[in-house]
Parts: sequence; C-alpha cells; structure tokens
Amino acid sequence: MGIQQILESVTESQVKQGLPRMDVGDTINVHCRIIEGDKERIQVFQGVLMSRKGRGPQEMITVRRIVDNEGVERTFPINSPKISEFEVVRRADARRAKLYFLRDRSGKSRRLRDRRRGLKHVAGLKTAEHA
Amino acid sequence: MIGLIGKKLGQTRVYDPSGRAVPVTVVLAGPNYVVQKKTTATDGYEAVQLGFGEQKEGRLTKPVLGHLTAAKVPALRRLREFRDFTLDVKPGDKVGVEIFAEGDYVDAIGVTKGRGFEGVVKRHGFRGGDMTHGAKGWHRRSGAIGQRLFPGTVMRGMRMPGHMGQVRRTTQNLLVVKVLPEDQLLLVRGAIPGAAGEFVIIRESKKRPKVAAKK
Repeated sequence: MGIQQILESVTESQVKQGLPRMDVGDTINVHCRIIEGDKERIQVFQGVLMSRKGRGPQEMITVRRIVDNEGVERTFPINSPKISEFEVVRRADARRAKLYFLRDRSGKSRRLRDRRRGLKHVAGLKTAEHA
Repeated sequence: MIGLIGKKLGQTRVYDPSGRAVPVTVVLAGPNYVVQKKTTATDGYEAVQLGFGEQKEGRLTKPVLGHLTAAKVPALRRLREFRDFTLDVKPGDKVGVEIFAEGDYVDAIGVTKGRGFEGVVKRHGFRGGDMTHGAKGWHRRSGAIGQRLFPGTVMRGMRMPGHMGQVRRTTQNLLVVKVLPEDQLLLVRGAIPGAAGEFVIIRESKKRPKVAAKK
C-alpha cells in the first residue's frame, strides 16, 4: 500500500455515508449540534449552497442566507460529527461551480432558476419540500 | 524510557470524540525488532537496541548482517539504542505501537527538511528593510554586525546567513491521538520534524512520562 493510501485509510471511517445529493445552487438545511453547557440542541441553518471544495474527509461547503437584509455565509466541514444532518429543500440550476456572484446580487436577481430543463438526473430526487 | 523507530508518512486530520478536528501526523512505527540488549555488566549501561525498516541483505555490510543474524532478526535499515528501556524484552522480540496508548505523550525526533543556504530573514527571523518608502537594494539584509573600534571584532555567535535545516530536532510533548495496532500506525497530534518518508524516533515524553500521565 502506498503512503497516500495509508493516509486515506486512516480517515476513511470518518467520511459520512449516505448523504443526500447536494449540488451547488440547491437550497439546503444544515442541522448543527450546538453544545451549551451540558445541554445539546440542534440549530438549523438554511441557505443556498454556494460552493463545495475539498475532497474526502476534508470537504467543506459554503452556505449563504440572508438575515435581516444582511448576507450571512457559513462554511461547514461536511464530515464533522457536529453536523447531524443535511436536507435539500429546493433544487436549482446553477451553471457555475462557485456561486460567489450571489454576493453582488440583491432582490429578484438573487434567485436561482428552478431545475427543469435537461436535468432529468435530479428530477425525482427527494427534497424536504416534497417529503 | 520506551521508544520506537518509525517512518513519518504525512499529515491529515481526524475528529476527536467531542467533534473537534485535530491535526495529526501519521507515523508507521512497527514492527521494531530487538537486536541487542546492553547491560551494565557487559557494556557499562542499560539499553536496548531496536531495528526498523526493510532492507536488502546485499545493502548491508557483513559485520552488520552478522550482528542482525545473531539476534535472529531480518535485515534492517535503521538501528538505534534506547537507554533504560522499561519493557522486558530479549533479542529477536518484536515490539510495536502497542507500547503506546491513546492519551500518552511522546517526543518526536527527526531530521528537519534542508533549506540550503538561507539569508537572515528566513533563517533567524530578522525584519530586513522596507520594501517601499524609497528603499533601494536594502530589503532583506541584516544590518550592522559589530560596534566601533572597541571591541573591534564581530561577537561570537552573531546570527548570519548560512545553511539552514537538515539538523536533528526534537518536538516534545505530543499527544498520541490514536494507536492502530493492525497497521502499526501512530497518530500523533501536530507536526513532527522532517519530510514525509523520513525516519523518526518516537519516544515516551521526557517531561510527561507515561506513569505521570496516567495518574
């Protein structure tokens, strides 16, 4: 086994299995486990998936939402045990891999097109809205 | 003082039980073979000589090969003594990462990456000069290195440009995050000296030995 394979085998068990398919542009819910003192609760962060970067155990996603007319972006490690669940709320069509242009948009132009044309591969996939 | 010879494989990160991402260095540290046992009676001090790493027999000199055959161990690449080894072992035994447990503290000894001939800014952290504000040709220099007619000489040990790196260094008090006995791997928190693929020595921490850590 090469060195790289050994390194990957060390972190293999930490990569989460069975995550829903999340593409850039989708609106998703991120369920974060927050520990306050000895109590634990779950906070949901809903927003547009703006970028996915990194591979394997290191993969990070950036989610953007608008709170009180102010853009808020949070970056989550996908495989962190502190995140209990991901949910896809709405699928949308994005032509680029990173939606940083959303930062410069306001009002209606901020919305992303619904996924319809030629995107049969995601047609039927479960989202929180339909469930 | 227990220890092992190992090979630094590289760095990655793992999540601890509380969900925090911990940076770790992965070290292949076994199997180590006990090659020789030195005693006060025969050698004047107590030590255990360990060997690690596969090697072709033809690449070893005959004296070394004879030394290894006497202990009935395979051809090994690196040999190293550990003084006052606290485990009871005899020549021919195998020791591995099992001698460490999660939560132990270790020291990692390795040869740092060679940087070649480096200037004072990189080598000693000098500030150098301004890059702008009219500075011209005086950006990464060290400044004056002496005083006046008295003492009339450059003080000994003055920090100057020169060869950097490729020296033996020890990083102390690193936490053992995980022990993987099947693959003989140790996950040690943080960075350890040297490039990936280099041989390193992982020994019980001098300042936080095993016994104290368990109390």
